[in-house]
Amino acid sequence: MLTLADLGVLRGVEVVRDAEGGEVVIASITPTYTGCPAMATMRDDLVHRLNDAGFARVEVWVVLDPPWSSDWISERGRAALRAAGLSAPGPAPRRTGPVPLTLGPPRSVPPCPRCGSAATRLTSEFGATACKALYRCTGCLEPFEHVKEI
Amino acid sequence: MNDDHGSIFDGLLGGDSSQWAFGTDFEDPLAGVDTTTPDGVDPAELAAYCLMLGDDALIMSQRLSEWCSRAPDLEEDIALANMALDLLGQARLLLARAAAADPRVVPGLPEGSPVPPEDALAFFRDDRDFRNVRLAEVANGDFAHVVVRLLMFSTARLALLERLCVSRDHVLAAVAAKGVKEVAYHRDWAGRWFVTLARGTEESRRRLLAALDALWLLQAELVAPHPLEHSLALAGVGVDPASLRDPVDAVLGQVLTAAGLDRPERAPLAGVGGRTGRDGLHTEALSLLLAEMQVVARAHPMGRW
Repeated sequence: MLTLADLGVLRGVEVVRDAEGGEVVIASITPTYTGCPAMATMRDDLVHRLNDAGFARVEVWVVLDPPWSSDWISERGRAALRAAGLSAPGPAPRRTGPVPLTLGPPRSVPPCPRCGSAATRLTSEFGATACKALYRCTGCLEPFEHVKEI
Repeated sequence: MNDDHGSIFDGLLGGDSSQWAFGTDFEDPLAGVDTTTPDGVDPAELAAYCLMLGDDALIMSQRLSEWCSRAPDLEEDIALANMALDLLGQARLLLARAAAADPRVVPGLPEGSPVPPEDALAFFRDDRDFRNVRLAEVANGDFAHVVVRLLMFSTARLALLERLCVSRDHVLAAVAAKGVKEVAYHRDWAGRWFVTLARGTEESRRRLLAALDALWLLQAELVAPHPLEHSLALAGVGVDPASLRDPVDAVLGQVLTAAGLDRPERAPLAGVGGRTGRDGLHTEALSLLLAEMQVVARAHPMGRW
């Protein structure tokens, strides 16, 4: 199982008191990509789970700064990704100055999450969801998804 | 799911049909975010600026999404849909930010309408209230056309977002910091395909050159000076597009060189009475695009989605 905390999407949870002394839970989440369509579902899941846990009043806030980084995925989260057949991201690029244009193929490729072969090839930098790229293993010939480094 | 909240299909079976479309209802993309306008900045100017950047993203996103199921192969279909989604996300935040800065920009809706401000701005404004550059709105052509358009658009937008990261407006700065990571992928995709088509077959090169010729006259508007953008740049909130001309030229030059092409010689498309897309002066293509994009929302101003 992969939790919102493991993904680094959950940025904080706090209990505050409103003017009448009532308990309000504020959970803060950040989108992985700006257009992530799963945000509404994540919000609803958080509200439902907290309601089930006995917290009647829940607010879900959005945190935009700092932007989500794949470096925030926990070790447990990476293990869960691998268990689901997905390739976990390497370290996110750190740069100062303008983003360089990259016209050539990527310098390094992730190993195949199925057979471990290092001989893999990028099919597309865009996958079934905004956060994943498509690769193909030239060893076992299986395609696989890789969570992009951002 | 084995809890009290049932499945997404409950809404179809129960008496509450208001949830039929998707079931997650509206969400505020800026919930809990501080949207105070920075000191010394005119909220109306900030809102207009957010509409410029938001409308660029929204209209480009709509054109890209028209490619869904029509691209030459599945990978490129998915790529175009992904880029459309990234830009739609940027548009939502920017339109929501515009509404928060100056609620007067939001069109009026019937009493009790659940439509949130960003949707009201996207679906209930007329063409003359849109402030996107005209490059974003012209009708789609072939695959070379979308490659050339995306290269021009994402090169200018990436240069802009990189500079907007230090905006005194914290929402704009945050949207920019996130957008840089996304648009960098868009520009690489467009640049690679540009070179591939230029160096491919005689037919792919012919198509690329035709698209370049058709779109080049719209490129200059991306980096043309505008009084409002200039004013907000001076206030430390916006970016003066004129300052993007050199970095944008450098990247386009890099791609043209790799493609073995000369820079096209085409005069920029003039404005009308000095007005361009940023001032609400558009081509007929935008009216047709909006008619399709807005028709369902306008038919149901009280609808929940």
